[in-house]
This record gives sequence, C-alpha cells and structure tokens, in this order.
Amino acid sequence: MVNLAIFDYGAGNIFSLKNSLEKAGATVDVITNFDKPNIYSGLLLPGVGNFDPAIKSISKSKTNFHEYVKDNTPVLGICLGMEMFFEKSEEGNEKGLGVIEGDVIVLPQSMKVPHMGWNNLEIKKSGKILEGVKNESWVYFVHSYRVNPINCDAITAESDYGIKVPAVIEQDNFFGTQFHPEKSGNVGKIMIQNFLNVCKK
Amino acid sequence: MTLTKRIIPCLDVKNGRVVKGLHFESIKDAGDPVELAEKYSNEGADELVFLDITASDEQRKTIKDLVRKVASVIDIPFTVGGGVKSLEDARNILLNGADKVGINTGAIKNPNVISELMKLFGRQCVVVAIDAKRNYDLKKDKNIFSENGKKFWFEVFIYGGKEATSIDVVEWAKKVEKLGAGEILLTSIDKDGTKDGYDLVLTREIVNSVSIPIIASGGCGKPDDMVNVFKESNADAALAASIFHYQTHGVNGVKKYLKDKQIPVRL
Repeated sequence: MVNLAIFDYGAGNIFSLKNSLEKAGATVDVITNFDKPNIYSGLLLPGVGNFDPAIKSISKSKTNFHEYVKDNTPVLGICLGMEMFFEKSEEGNEKGLGVIEGDVIVLPQSMKVPHMGWNNLEIKKSGKILEGVKNESWVYFVHSYRVNPINCDAITAESDYGIKVPAVIEQDNFFGTQFHPEKSGNVGKIMIQNFLNVCKK
Repeated sequence: MTLTKRIIPCLDVKNGRVVKGLHFESIKDAGDPVELAEKYSNEGADELVFLDITASDEQRKTIKDLVRKVASVIDIPFTVGGGVKSLEDARNILLNGADKVGINTGAIKNPNVISELMKLFGRQCVVVAIDAKRNYDLKKDKNIFSENGKKFWFEVFIYGGKEATSIDVVEWAKKVEKLGAGEILLTSIDKDGTKDGYDLVLTREIVNSVSIPIIASGGCGKPDDMVNVFKESNADAALAASIFHYQTHGVNGVKKYLKDKQIPVRL
C-alpha cells in the first residue's frame, strides 16, 4: 500500500485528485502544513488556485518544503503545482519553490487564454510518468501560464498551442504535468499509476 | 495539433433526476444523473455540465451529495450550476468535487461574485451562464442584428428564462469577461428544445465580442447542428442534451461524425 499526501492550499478542489489516487490503490492524507514528520512515500501539489496564496500556504510551515522532501520523496506537481517548482511566476510576486531552474510565463495573448480543453501530447523522451503513454495521447489542460525551464532536458512531453507548451517535466524526484491527469480519462489514469509506481520504490 | 472542439452533454437535474424540457418548459424524465454521467464519460464526452433546476432551496441542498457521487464515477471535467447565489454556494459545489461552477441569475443580481470566485478559485473555475432571447422591440442603446430581414437584439433572461432583464447579451458577455469569467455558457432560449440547430447569429456575435471560450447551447437536434455551429461561429464547445439522452446518437458516434466533417475532436 502506498501512502501519499496531498497538500491543500485551502481553495482548490482536491476531491477528484484524491479519488483518482485512491482508485489506483493509494491511501491518501490531505495535509495543510509540513509540521508533522514526513511519513509519506509521495507528495502531490494539486493544480487549482493562484500562485501567491498557494506559495504562502506552503511556506508558512515550521519545516520548509525542501527539508520535508530532502529524502528524495517523489513529488508530483499538477498545473499550478508544477509551476510552483520554478523560481518565479508572472502570476505573482512571491518566490517559487526553486527546485527547478527557470520561470513561469503567461501564455501569448494571440491564443485564447486560458488554454482550456483536450490537447495532444508530443512525447520528447521517455520518462517514468509517461511509461505506457502513447505519443499524441489526449490530455485535459486548463491554464493561463507555462513553465520555462532553463534546462530543457527536464521536458519529457510538450503540447502545441500556437507555441510549444511544456506538458510533462521530470527532474530527480520532481514530476510535473501542466494538464490534469485526474481529469484526463484513461491516459491520465496510466500516469497516476506510474507516479504510484515511482513512490513504491 | 490545435485544441479540439469540446462536446458536452448537459444534464438538467430536478429533484435528483435528469429532465428535459422545451423552451425551458414542459419537462419530462430522462434518467439518473450518476448513471448518465458515467455512461457519457465512458463514451468519450469531453466534459459534462449539470444544471440543477430544482425549484426550492430546501431540495437543492441535496446537490452536494450528487456532486460527490458524480465526481467519484467520472474522470473528465464537470461543471455544476443552477441556483448559485453566493460565494458559499459556489464553494460548496467546488469543494465537493466539481471542477467549475456555473453562475447565471446570481451573477446578474451580484456581479461582484464573479470576481470573488475568480480570486479564490481561479478564472478556470468560473463559468458564467447566459440565457439569451431575441427581442424584436428595437432600442437605440442595444446591439442590433438581423436575420432573414428581421431585426432584433439579444436580451439576457434570468430565473430559468422566466424574467427579462433588458440587459444586452453582448454587453453582459464583455462585462463578465472583465470581471473574471473563464468561460461563457451561452444558451439560446429561442432555440432550446427545438432541435433545429444552434442560434448561429447569437453564438458568432458573442464569440467575436470576447476572447474567453464560448460553449454554444440550445437547439441541437443532430450532429450537423454541431458541425454548423463550429464552422459558422468558431465556438469552442457545443453543449447538447436530447441527442444524447434519447440515444439518437451516442457521444462517440457524434464525435466520429464531426471528425469526418473536419472538425477537430478527441477520439
């Protein structure tokens, strides 16, 4: 049994994410701070909310994020959760978690923003989260910003929305999806299962 | 590849059952909401919309249980609307598993609730539903359109189509975008339940007036109606009820048809 934690920033809907993890066989706790010792085999930063309030809610704990996951706890950041991995975001003024070098920038206004709906994955390279996922699989996006990593090696899949939008990133124990796997039907289910497999090890 | 057009089955829920009416009236039973949600999700629906048209506030409290049940059987996004008046109503829906909340009469009565919702949950959660009806009594300050030689403007109606507001739909759409709506669910009262196609004039004008996604609604009776609304208006999504409820076309069948007609869809 894999025991996971979802960090709740206070505003987001985490029911679907929790439900999809439980369906995949995990037990899930919802936590709102890092005050208690980390007993989890994986941590999820969910995808609904705004950058500054979410970062503030993560930073207020006695133990900081880096300390909490320093034993290489796998972390899956979804949408805003992935954006928080970076150093800063055009959505807010707060500093990001800074575990991946780069920033988060707004989508070009030449396209409809938010980028909302089903789009294809263009798989760039193999990755743990993408195992068993076919190129051009459909996933559900809903976002207004994109990540811009300094080291492009971290990007394992992109999506085309007029420009290339990094869709999946992997770096060390940090995994991120710009789309919502918990809302992406069977393809999303595979990725959730892949993350659980990473956590088991 | 660009973004696909979304095909969205709509479930009007009254006292816990899915119902379907004509011009917002003469309602009949169409099934169990949780069963239908699971079926449409499995058939390849891109999203679902639930509109709670239950009459009394007392009965409406059951919506929370319904949202939880639906959220636990599907893995696609879904919107819940109907009777949302306050931030608290919206919060109740979102924290129980809905991805987006639809707000209609509540937004007209208190437009600030749109901004409040956007700040708390993000723009992507806020769907403003607009019920539009052609008004042939022309007024100077309205946006006038014409079709087949007749001139009219589009008026916003509230309370499930029962009350006119004398608000111009074009102006209201622009305003809700500014206030923080992430999407507009645009329903034609004239076309609702008629099965003779979407209001293309309405949809096209609103698509051109704002830059947020528009869901076309009201009047879909066959897959060609969806082809037309996508080709003629560039709507982002098409919502329909009857063609799915009464099994005239499965969701997958409709999407295959659209693909044959060069409409980008997820299959």
